[in-house]
Amino acid sequence: MQFFRGIMVITEKNIRIYYTKAPVIIFGLLFPLFLFFAFYLGRGIELSLFFPGFCAMSLFFTSSSVGPLITPWEKQAGTYERLLSFPVNINIVIIGDIIAGMIFGIFISVFVLAFGMIYFHSNTKIVFLIPSILLSSFCFSSLGVLLSSPSLRSPSHIMMFSSLVRFPLIFISGIFIPFTKLQGAARVAAFFSPITYLVDLFTFSFHGRSYINPLLDYSALCLFSALFITISKRFHKKNLMRGL
Amino acid sequence: MRLVRIRDIIGIINMQTNDKYVIIARELTKRFGALTAVNRISFSVKKGEIFGFLGPNGAGKTTTIRMLTGLLVPNSGDVLINGIHIKTHPIRAKKNMGVIPEMGNIYVDLTARQNIVLAGKFYGIPKRELERRTASILKQLGLEDRMNDPVKTFSRGMKQRVNIASALVHDPQILFLDEPTSGLDVQSQRLIKHFIQEMKRQGTTVFLTTHNIEDANQLCERIAIIHQGELVTIDRPERLRKTFDTTQSVEVSFDSIIDISKIKKIDPINRIEKRGDKWKLYTENPDKLVKNVVRVAQEKDFTILSMEICRASLEDAFVKLTDSKRHA
Repeated sequence: MQFFRGIMVITEKNIRIYYTKAPVIIFGLLFPLFLFFAFYLGRGIELSLFFPGFCAMSLFFTSSSVGPLITPWEKQAGTYERLLSFPVNINIVIIGDIIAGMIFGIFISVFVLAFGMIYFHSNTKIVFLIPSILLSSFCFSSLGVLLSSPSLRSPSHIMMFSSLVRFPLIFISGIFIPFTKLQGAARVAAFFSPITYLVDLFTFSFHGRSYINPLLDYSALCLFSALFITISKRFHKKNLMRGL
Repeated sequence: MRLVRIRDIIGIINMQTNDKYVIIARELTKRFGALTAVNRISFSVKKGEIFGFLGPNGAGKTTTIRMLTGLLVPNSGDVLINGIHIKTHPIRAKKNMGVIPEMGNIYVDLTARQNIVLAGKFYGIPKRELERRTASILKQLGLEDRMNDPVKTFSRGMKQRVNIASALVHDPQILFLDEPTSGLDVQSQRLIKHFIQEMKRQGTTVFLTTHNIEDANQLCERIAIIHQGELVTIDRPERLRKTFDTTQSVEVSFDSIIDISKIKKIDPINRIEKRGDKWKLYTENPDKLVKNVVRVAQEKDFTILSMEICRASLEDAFVKLTDSKRHA
C-alpha cells in the first residue's frame, strides 16, 4: 500500500512542480511542430508514411524530456534529501518519476495523434495503438529517468548528456530511412533503439503493415523498459548521496 | 567468530525488547573510500528525550543522522528506530520519524500549505484530517497569514519553519533535526528552539545535531560529542561542564588598553585569552585572583569596567574534549 501511495504522491508532485509549468507545456506542444518542420518539409516524403515515425519521435522526446532533469534539479535545490526522508525508497522515487514522464508524454502525444487521425480519416487499429502508446511512453520515460542517474549535479550537464544519448537513438531507429531500406550495420543498430519498435507498431496501427511481429515489438519495449529501470535503480542507488 | 555473532544477536534482542529507548545505534561505521567518516559509534536515545549530537564541522554528525534516518547504509552496525531495523525495514521505520535535513529544502514553487499537505500525503493521512493538521501546525509556527504564498517569497527563517511543519504533519514519535538553527536570524532561532521544547512537552523524542554549543546547552537533556568520526563522550550538559569545572576563569575589562605583560604578573593565572575588549584569565583560585586584579588596578591606576568569575562552560568542556582527542 505504502509503495503505491508513495508512487502516486511522487507522480503528483512531479506533475505539479515540473510538468505543469506553462513553458514546459508550450514547449511540449510546440516541439512536435518543430520536429515536423525540421524532418518533413522539403524531403518529398508522403505525409502518411512519415506520420508514424513523427508520432514516435514526439512521444519519445516528450516522455523523456523532463525525467533526466528532476533528480539534478532536486539535488541542486536541496529537496532530494528531504524527499528520501519520507517513507519511500529509491524504487518508489524512480517509478514515480517514470509515471510522471509517461503521463506528460501521453498528454502531448494525444494532440498529435488526434490531429493525424482526423487528417487522414484513418482506420486506426486502436487496440494496438493504445497499448503501444502506454508501453512506449513508459519505456521512454524510464530512459529519461536513467539519464538522470549519473552523478552530475548541474542540469545543463545532464541536458548535454541526455541529448548525446537521445538524438543518436532517433537516427538509428528507421524514422528517416524506412526499416526495410536499412542495410548492414545500420539495420543491426536499429534493433538497439526502442523507437524502432514503436515506429513499427505505429505503422501497423495506422497502415496495417509491420516489419516485425507486433508481439515482438511489445516484448522488445517491455525488455527495454526492464533494462532501463534495472540500470537506473543501480545507478541511482550508487549515486544517491552524491551531489547532496 | 561464532561467539561474537551470538553476542551480537543477544545484543539486538536486548535492544529490541527495551521500550525505554526509541533510537538505538550500535557499532555504526561508515566509510567513504579510505576515509572513515563514522567509526563504531554506539548510543541510545530515551523516549521523550532531547538528545544533542554535538561536534565540530566534519566530525561525522550528518553522516550519523543520515544513517539513523535510513538515507545512508552503514558499512557495519545496526540502527533501531522504535524497535524497527532501519536497514531491513526502512519504510516502516521512517513512518515513526520526522526529519529536517541540514541542507534539506522545501519545494519553493509550492505554497507553504501545499508543501505540508504533500508531506502528509506520504503518510496516508486522510484528506480532512490532513487539512486540519496543516492549518493547526501553520498557526503554531506563525505562518497562517502566508500559507497560500509560494515559499520562494519567504525568508530563510520562514522556509525553515515550513520545513519543520512538513516534518511534523504526521505527528512523528521521533524528530531528527540536523543543524536546525544554522544561519537563521535570532527571532527564527528563538521560535524554533521554543518549538523544539514544545515538541518535548508533547512527548516527542528529539535528536538534534548541532555545532552550536549554546543551543545544545539550552535544549538538550543529554549530549553526545563526536569528533573525527568517534564518540568522545555522552553525558548531561551540566555534568560535562562540571567535569571541567576545576579550571575557572575571571573575565575582566578595563577602560584603557593594558599591556599583556602587566596582566601576566598577576597571581594566580594559568592562561590568558583576549576576547574583544575583555581579558579571560584562567585560574584555579578565582577569589584570590579577583583581589589581586583589584589591587594591581589601584596600584597602576587602571579603571575596571567589569569583572566576573566564570565557571567552566559547556564550550570549554567541548573544546577540551575535542582537543584532547585530537592530541591523542
